[in-house]
Amino acid sequence: MTRRTPNARLQVLAGLAALSLAAACGGGSGSGDGGDKGDGASANVPGITATTVTIGAHYPLTGPAAPGYSEIGPAAEAMYKYINENGGVNGRSIEFKYKDDGYNPANTVDVVKQLVLQDKVFAIVGGLGTPTHSKVTNYLNNQRVPDLFVASGARLWDQPDKHPYTTGWQPDYLIEGKILGKYVKDNFAGKKVGYLYQNDDFGKDGVEGLDSQLDAASVVDKQPYETSQLSQPTGIAPQLSALKAKGAEVVVTFTIPAATAVALLTNAKIGYKPQMVVTNVGSDPTTLTGLLGKFSKGAVGAQLLDGIISDSYLPLTSDAADPWISLFKKVHDKYIPNLPFDGNVEYGMAQAITFAQVLNGAGKNPTRQSLMESLEKGGFKGPGVTPLRFSKDSHAGFTGVRITKLDGKGGARFLQEAQVTTDEPSGAIENAPSDAQGKPGDDPFTK
Amino acid sequence: MADKPVEELAHADLADGNNVQATTPSPVVGPSLSRRGPLQYTLVRHLGLAVLGGLALLLLTSSVSAYRDFQIANVGYYVVAVAGLTVLTGLNGQISLGHGALMMVGAYTAALLLQREDPLPVTLVLVLCVVTAAAVGALVGAAAARLRGPYLAGATLAFAVGLPGLTSHYSGRLGGDNGLSVSTGPPPESLGFDFPGERWQAWITLSAALITLLLLANLSTSRVGRTFRAVRDDEVSAELAGIHVARTQVLAFVVSAACAGLAGGLLAVVSGQATPGAFSVALSLSILAGAVLGGLGSLAGAVYGAVALVALPSFSSSTSDRFDLGTDVKSNLPLLVYGALLVVVMLAAPQGLQGGVRRLLGLFKGRTPSPVRNDSGTDVSVSTPER
Repeated sequence: MTRRTPNARLQVLAGLAALSLAAACGGGSGSGDGGDKGDGASANVPGITATTVTIGAHYPLTGPAAPGYSEIGPAAEAMYKYINENGGVNGRSIEFKYKDDGYNPANTVDVVKQLVLQDKVFAIVGGLGTPTHSKVTNYLNNQRVPDLFVASGARLWDQPDKHPYTTGWQPDYLIEGKILGKYVKDNFAGKKVGYLYQNDDFGKDGVEGLDSQLDAASVVDKQPYETSQLSQPTGIAPQLSALKAKGAEVVVTFTIPAATAVALLTNAKIGYKPQMVVTNVGSDPTTLTGLLGKFSKGAVGAQLLDGIISDSYLPLTSDAADPWISLFKKVHDKYIPNLPFDGNVEYGMAQAITFAQVLNGAGKNPTRQSLMESLEKGGFKGPGVTPLRFSKDSHAGFTGVRITKLDGKGGARFLQEAQVTTDEPSGAIENAPSDAQGKPGDDPFTK
Repeated sequence: MADKPVEELAHADLADGNNVQATTPSPVVGPSLSRRGPLQYTLVRHLGLAVLGGLALLLLTSSVSAYRDFQIANVGYYVVAVAGLTVLTGLNGQISLGHGALMMVGAYTAALLLQREDPLPVTLVLVLCVVTAAAVGALVGAAAARLRGPYLAGATLAFAVGLPGLTSHYSGRLGGDNGLSVSTGPPPESLGFDFPGERWQAWITLSAALITLLLLANLSTSRVGRTFRAVRDDEVSAELAGIHVARTQVLAFVVSAACAGLAGGLLAVVSGQATPGAFSVALSLSILAGAVLGGLGSLAGAVYGAVALVALPSFSSSTSDRFDLGTDVKSNLPLLVYGALLVVVMLAAPQGLQGGVRRLLGLFKGRTPSPVRNDSGTDVSVSTPER
């Protein structure tokens, strides 16, 4: 019997472990049953009750893609809370459930099925990422779940025939490349141009847009980089040295923020001073200032950003006088004061406003069908400086961007009128209509 | 400590999964053969268990919600992967941190075959996943047979880290970071118009898991299984007994890789995709964690481990959802809970969950299961000759 004592304790512990596992299964199924009670007042539309509309999204909240992107979900949630405090949309408050997929497509499939089957969401709004979200579009369309405002500038989301429930929101990278390319052609005529771009759909679409505008003779070099290079000691120095050797005086980049920061630091190190033109994706001043400080261990910061040309389709976060920015700042300070007030936060909030507008147009008792009809009616005006293009034939989002110039103090300013174009390489570039932007308070829920 | 050595558990569980052999006299080949009842044949016993298990799962999958069916489908392919690894590590003593990459081979095989205009039937595709992964496994296994301990771990880890890079090198064919989408179409019409797709997927992966478990259980009680164990316990003795050590190790790796390939193919079918992001090193590590958690070398343990791999993250994230916490805390809490649970289980049941279950059973029977050991400390049952 003496042998029994240590074992008995182990047996109890083993039993506890088994119990905790049982609780794991039990706890999960409990919440599954809870989802069924959601319906009721409104004629059996998933995610809609007499007082609430439940929607969902997936973001990388953990893992390597999380920095920056993890702010979007909380920011959108903060804006929905603000909207709910203003009476919600048609008397219903918006419940926003966002889940972590760690930017792993297998997890994306899991969390989206969880949102649709277990949480019974009305729609998915703002699911983030091309490799991740492209694996759930078929599923969501087969299930007829609205899949609005995918957070990616790929052109995949605009296929109303194949994916009638999926839509984009931000301008696609081809549009951005075209407008940046035209600006470079008009303002740096006769200079040698080089490209630095991420070797995937993001970079390649951008390059296609640039190439449609710039004379092939003026482009002296095109350097692709892999994201895996960013974590290596050499970084993307080989690419920048090549651009320097070819004598590129203007370098246009389709880079994520980390790559932009590494490129700026490398340029400083090798004494290369081209005019930098950076995609909207990789030019948020707040994010870049943080990354520059981190990578250089505090040696440099915002001063390296001085003079960079970029673009934006939303008001500039540094422009405190803009009515949208002051609304966003108010919501930020109230609900998410611990997050930096940067482009990611603005993105989440602006998207939330567009969704509230679409939901508002879907009527007193929205259905998934009426939500899509409301979207295809179009005509939404919010924070965006260029028009949203939603219609029966188009599920793309913003039609253009406005060129900006960064200063050396973490801010930026607009340079010229906002421009719009189509996502055909040959489509003309025109000035955006002057009334493209709405005002806070146009809708009752943004007062 | 009165803990049982892993070897003994491994043997007892892999032999029959429900401890029947402990009460039956060890089978003797020869004249006694004619006097055996049908239940004394390993194959009959295992087949019976598989059919019973299949019926139970049929009832289970038909009575739960669609999302549960989807989770069960996930458990199905994890069972295949973890069972394959538990045979390699628990039975043959080779460690592999590269099984995620072998799953990737299976997943991309499935994706490429299902993408064609006139796709092959899913069953055939899955068989081909097994074949390609086994072929890759033979190559890796040939290298692995020359390596021991940390060097083997390092080499297989390098394989897991390196292989996903192929997708950006051949981005035209393999789709780069975006990977490939896989569509297997709706369930057969004979099941009815409203038959949930998730249940159909659960049936596919569970059938594959049952067949895999059946084959592995038979393999481990066979002569081949005994050579696996002999090589694991002492390579020199095994060689003296006439066993070709390197060949045995490569064979174990191939068997294990074939399972990983099947699991990868099933993952592609269930989640509708094959992307490098889904086959990160984290996947290799979590399969190993599943095998260790369930109890290395035990097929029943592989099932527990696979269930835990699906249930733990879902449990920990739904737990952290219930509290009103800051975003940073909330998004990282599931990882913390997952890690803490792993630690608790390993402290409470160092032999994995299967070890814990056996201990509990021993408690009910009013006895502590004590291993039969010979003087050298090796498990007697392993060294008992059955030829």
